[in-house]
Amino acid sequence: MLGSPDRRNSELFTLTYGALVTQLCKDYENDEDVNKQLDKMGYNIGVRLIEDFLARSNVGRCHDFRETADVIAKIAFKMYLGITPSITNWSPGGDEFSLILENNPLVDFVELPDNHSSLIYSNLLCGVLRGALEMVQMAVDVKFVQDTLKGDSVTEIRMKFIRRIEDNLPAGEE
Amino acid sequence: MAIFSVYVVNKAGGLIYQLDHYAPRSDTEMTFSYPLDLVLRPRDERVVVAFGQRDGIRVGHAVLAINGAEVNGRLTADGKDVLEFLSNPANYPVSIRFGRHRLSSNEKLMLASMFHSLFAIGSQLSPEVGSSGIEMLETDTFKLHCFQTLTGIKFVVLADPRQAGIDALLRKIYEIYSDFALKNPFYSLEMPIRCELFDQNLKLALEVAEKAGPFGPGS
Repeated sequence: MLGSPDRRNSELFTLTYGALVTQLCKDYENDEDVNKQLDKMGYNIGVRLIEDFLARSNVGRCHDFRETADVIAKIAFKMYLGITPSITNWSPGGDEFSLILENNPLVDFVELPDNHSSLIYSNLLCGVLRGALEMVQMAVDVKFVQDTLKGDSVTEIRMKFIRRIEDNLPAGEE
Repeated sequence: MAIFSVYVVNKAGGLIYQLDHYAPRSDTEMTFSYPLDLVLRPRDERVVVAFGQRDGIRVGHAVLAINGAEVNGRLTADGKDVLEFLSNPANYPVSIRFGRHRLSSNEKLMLASMFHSLFAIGSQLSPEVGSSGIEMLETDTFKLHCFQTLTGIKFVVLADPRQAGIDALLRKIYEIYSDFALKNPFYSLEMPIRCELFDQNLKLALEVAEKAGPFGPGS
């Protein structure tokens, strides 16, 4: 509903994210560096957000990548962005999957100009997912493979499980 | 009903936060005349009662203050050695306060990392895989409750044995940590928590839990 607090919040969020990206573009001048910075910032958010997520959602430890995918799509994305991406394209080994986002709140009202064709606008999300999973002992690789800003029909994020992080395991998890 | 203290331990076993909320006051202050009928001896950095027990003064109690001025380890407030001072009849009558010594920050750091190791031992001893680790340590004077998050941070609460609702309190402290410590961009992960808002909200949560009493929170 127009003017409702939720909508106002999400517009301020879109504006804030947009201001962040454009400022980074001015500061770094090339898209690759901006993408890296967005990933770094996302990582810093992810390592903190995970505790908030665990404290509020009360989910237990995931013991396989499918559980992880479910928790990310159905609980985490819903909690923080209000959307529920679908999970598809599982690799035969069960170590890679795709999240399909029909709409992405970060890119409401955004159009990518031609001189920023290699900018991954929502790269912050990749950093967030990577940082959060690292804190629960999972090393993953996250990247955008389709982006509505670049003319694709959907936004697709590909997540790949690399390995379980064995150092500094909390007691009881060995 | 009381919650005595809260400790937060990071993944490496280092103490990053500590709060003493309530200490049962068992200090006794009395005036003595020469000669002192308690046997005192030095232990670690303090002077403790080795033998002799009366009027609330127990073996193991440390000398906390002489004539109202707090002692500094084994020295009086003005730098004289406590045992020498008390063996001189000219200093009597003297008023001495005895009581259980408070843990120093270094001792707390050491104890927290020892607990971290014990916690790991606890999980290893478990006959089943994936044990939760130590959840509670019980003694006649207090119960220690521990909650380890999936990310390896431990929240430890020491409370009166009859106090209920500590599980909910531990979850609440986790929420307060994720809000006031983690969402503060100037707080670095794994470092000591020095955030005012965290302190304030934690104290509030402790008060709510204490008021709920032995039957747990209403909801």
